[in-house]
Amino acid sequence: MEKPITSLETGKTAVILRLEGGFLFRKKMGDLGIRERKTIRLVAIHPFHGPVVVEVDGREMTLGRRMAQHIITWDPE
Amino acid sequence: MKKIVLMGNPNVGKSVVFSRLTGANVIASNYPGTTVDFSKGRMCLGKERHEIIDAPGTYSLEPSNKAEEVALEMFRQADLIINVVDATNLERNLYLTLQILERKKPVILALNMWDETRHTGITIDVKKLEYKIQIPVVPTVALSGEGIHDLIRRIDEARSAETIEPMNENERWIKIGEIIRNVQQVTHRHHTLWDWISEASIRPLTGLPLALIVIFAALWLVSFIGETLITYVFDPLFSLYTPIAMSISTWLGPGFLHDLLIGKLIDGQIDYIQSMGLLTTGIFVPFAMVLPYIIAFYSVLAVFEDSGYLPRLATLTDTLFHRIGMHGFGIIPVFLGLGCNVPGVLAARSLETKKQRFIAATLIAISVPCMAKNAMVFGILGPYGFNYIVLVFATLFIVFVSSGLILNRFIQGDSPEICLEIPPYRKPDTLTVLKKTWMRIRWFLQEAIPFLFLGVLLINVLYAIGFVEWLGSIFAPVIQGWFGLPKEATTALLIGFLRKDLAVGMLLPLGMSPLQLVIATTLLTIYFPCVGTFAVMFKELGIRDMIKATAFMAGTALVVGGGMRLILLGI
Repeated sequence: MEKPITSLETGKTAVILRLEGGFLFRKKMGDLGIRERKTIRLVAIHPFHGPVVVEVDGREMTLGRRMAQHIITWDPE
Repeated sequence: MKKIVLMGNPNVGKSVVFSRLTGANVIASNYPGTTVDFSKGRMCLGKERHEIIDAPGTYSLEPSNKAEEVALEMFRQADLIINVVDATNLERNLYLTLQILERKKPVILALNMWDETRHTGITIDVKKLEYKIQIPVVPTVALSGEGIHDLIRRIDEARSAETIEPMNENERWIKIGEIIRNVQQVTHRHHTLWDWISEASIRPLTGLPLALIVIFAALWLVSFIGETLITYVFDPLFSLYTPIAMSISTWLGPGFLHDLLIGKLIDGQIDYIQSMGLLTTGIFVPFAMVLPYIIAFYSVLAVFEDSGYLPRLATLTDTLFHRIGMHGFGIIPVFLGLGCNVPGVLAARSLETKKQRFIAATLIAISVPCMAKNAMVFGILGPYGFNYIVLVFATLFIVFVSSGLILNRFIQGDSPEICLEIPPYRKPDTLTVLKKTWMRIRWFLQEAIPFLFLGVLLINVLYAIGFVEWLGSIFAPVIQGWFGLPKEATTALLIGFLRKDLAVGMLLPLGMSPLQLVIATTLLTIYFPCVGTFAVMFKELGIRDMIKATAFMAGTALVVGGGMRLILLGI
């Protein structure tokens, strides 16, 4: 099923389908290694609309909630 | 003379390589964005001297922020590039490498953090990589110095890759994929204890309690180290010094010179806090009261910075910081500001927008007390009880959050979300920590001592010409009527512009109640930054924003001072 990374269960892994946003957003994500077809893991999601921690290529990074909501993944379940 | 530029992604150790190559001391930390400007140095290769530049970290040659623009400009001027890459993250780092190679400048690749590839299960075939990208590749561990000699020896071999032609983003990633498949092997490894700690410290349920424990432990450690240094080092030193100062006092006899050098004797004795002489208070405050805590604070901070904990703390505090117009990374300028506001305001540069930088700088100036002042607050309020100290810091925390909420609402502009890479935990290297602490202490001494002397000098002159009384009577309505403090406190606030630590000391002879002291020391943080902070804020924000910030400070001081008087003194 197609869903934003923020809807994944904590600790779960999925493949990035697409990044919904403009050039700058895609570049910012690309700089951190977040690109289409990459495997991404949701490490933590902070309450009160807080940030999201993800892992790509063994590297963890913190993203704001709105940014993370625009990372659309494919969850086989 | 050639211009050699160090380039690479953020947090790959460029600054450490730089200091290895030049012998220059630069501050490096285990989080991205420590270098916002660039540093220049020199190195000799054989008989030739070269200029070497440490550019800020950048992910690509298409800049998307200030630091990356600086990096691109450095690239344009370069005759030779040392491309520093993180060996444990080769794939992503190669993107910049390819962009550099496409532009046909001579390049040599430093495969840094080579030691970490072993325990992360990564094997890289260096020879094959050299063949693939057609430039020399040298594995290095900049922190320990391993491989640096090879790097220097092979700089002459730097060359441009002949067959790598300009390509678009997609082609670049395909090319990188092909290189990676050929040169790198990743063996699966089991999760270690550190992986577990790493995740626990960034998840909300486990991370927040852990953060509280870590912060309290750090505060305890700072005060423990500070007190120990005072009891066992600085107090004994000054008890040796007192007889010398007393004999100078006797030898000088009464007069202006005595007032200036020794100051007032209290019950026939030197009182190091209240005497206000250059040779008494002027050296006691910086060395015996402030320096021990500066040493303590900066050594603990260095361990914090190099361990990689700060980006995790930034993640945990992001929810709060986002509501006050910054994002979690704002914790780093705030932490630095706790040592001294000047580097704190400078570090605010690493935030993306003007609004964020304005809020960070203003909040630091208004509600983040520096270590020099804290040391004096501990020294002066401590004897009355720990709860008074807590009262000062709790008030400042409330001011920090509420000012932030207000500024976020009324300052125009964007506050983008956090987007921060979390570096792996690393064991801080003892030598690096000591070196960094020493650099900061030396900086403190160079900055603080002249202003302290100037402050003491000014106090004596102002008293002598009667300016203090005059000023006191002018500000009496505010100080006495509004804040409920004796009018002599005006002088302390005036001197606070030069040195906040000295100003706290000046409150002591006024015979105030502990609660009045709480109000006065809190106001001393809020009302105005010291001259050093004022100068960097002016430089960083510009005149218009500085006026805005100043007006906000004055307003906050009036509101908070009046409020505290009402609540604490009940009058």
